[in-house]
Amino acid sequence: MTEQELRDAVAAGVIAAEAGHRELLQSIVEVARAIFGARASSIFLLDEEADELVFEAVAGEGSEALVGRRLPSSTGIAGWVLVTRQPLVLADVEQDPRFARDVAEATGYVPKSLMAVPLLHEEQVLGVLQVLDRPQKERFSLSEMDLLGLFANQAAIALDLLGRARRARAVVEGEADLAVVARLAATLDDLSPERREAGFGLLAALERVLAK
Amino acid sequence: MTAAREEEPYEEEEPDEEELPAWSLPSTAMEGIAIPPTWPARVDRDWAFGGSTGKGVRVAIVDSGIERGHPLVGEVEEAVVASGAAGEEPSIDEDEQGDACGHGTACAGIVRSLAPDCTLVSVRVLGSGWTGSGRLLVAGLRWAIEQGVEVVNMSLSTTKRELAAVLHELADTAYFNRTLLVASAHNMPVESFPWRFSSVLSVGSHELTDPLAYFYNPSPPVEFFARGVEVDVPWLGGTSVRSTGNSFATPHITGICALIRSKHPELTPFQVKSVLHLTANNVGGA
Repeated sequence: MTEQELRDAVAAGVIAAEAGHRELLQSIVEVARAIFGARASSIFLLDEEADELVFEAVAGEGSEALVGRRLPSSTGIAGWVLVTRQPLVLADVEQDPRFARDVAEATGYVPKSLMAVPLLHEEQVLGVLQVLDRPQKERFSLSEMDLLGLFANQAAIALDLLGRARRARAVVEGEADLAVVARLAATLDDLSPERREAGFGLLAALERVLAK
Repeated sequence: MTAAREEEPYEEEEPDEEELPAWSLPSTAMEGIAIPPTWPARVDRDWAFGGSTGKGVRVAIVDSGIERGHPLVGEVEEAVVASGAAGEEPSIDEDEQGDACGHGTACAGIVRSLAPDCTLVSVRVLGSGWTGSGRLLVAGLRWAIEQGVEVVNMSLSTTKRELAAVLHELADTAYFNRTLLVASAHNMPVESFPWRFSSVLSVGSHELTDPLAYFYNPSPPVEFFARGVEVDVPWLGGTSVRSTGNSFATPHITGICALIRSKHPELTPFQVKSVLHLTANNVGGA
């Protein structure tokens, strides 16, 4: 198999995986919105390099136009939730533009209520899940907070998978440092059985060294 | 708990630290650590904080800052911000920005509602970007402890394991220096810090509406539950919102600690925790 063929084969799988994970995220915000009977729900991904939050999936108000839009990572409601790892539920919000400026600017309207929860995967904070304008007929309960936490867990796993798929794509497209691994795999594949065995021996030794 | 002994009236004096044995207890020094026998036979809320307004107690809100001039918060004695580029030692400077989110103002308002005469200090550790936010949290907390404030409210946590050791050290320093560190627990099974340390008071939410209802949890790590559901709190622009989260349960315990510390300044964090336990709704308080 040539390097190009290997790349094509891996890329086919990786790109399909990325599309699948995006669908999973979209499905999570749609279910969250439906279960809470809310006006909108969205997932932000933390872009650590840019120090920004990016809309990754949106259901309801605003929807598609918002995907890809960016917010500062540590101001406003989403920023607070991200940095502090604490969920936040706000209701009966007054129509003051200073409230949830980030949400208002992003969605074009100031919500009357908002739930935001950090997306935590192991010790990483990957983003924030928000649910806007849940009907305020009843008192908020701790069981709803638990439900929000369960959605957040699912969303965090989906975001983690999406992140992995994107890193893998960067590798096969030769854009990342790890592209060397793809080149190495292709080179090994082309070697004679004897030399390939020697190569695997070297890699096994490298693996042991790196694992320490 | 022993009853007050009649023959040894309590003297309203701070113990002289220089005379106290710190590392061992020779028989000649036993008198020196006699605890003033002010403890009643039964510790109740009236003894613990009846009539207290929190006067003389400094409470640091380590959060997003506090909005100046909010009618539900009142005077903020001092406001600082922790900042600094990556790789640099964070610095602590006077903060003129106020609140970056609304959350710190909310916490300050809850403390103020319970302890109207306490002194509020704002320590802003948020709003300077995601990168390095953990370092700023540590720097802000360290500053608050160094100031010797009586109570620190931390309605936030970090999941970064690399910060666990330094936060643990700070929590212990606070504990031994009579600074009560009150920290929000997580409402999900997440490992984060500093709330998981036993030298802090960790707080989760209950669903009651009484701001003075609090419960001791016999199944830690979360030690106390306080009002955290649908709490009316001050927010940005002089407004208020109805909020839910352990973030808001925490300043309830902070406010009650301020009341206790104001009435009984001699109590150590260990003793304040004992008082909270003995006066909890499910133990014998209320």
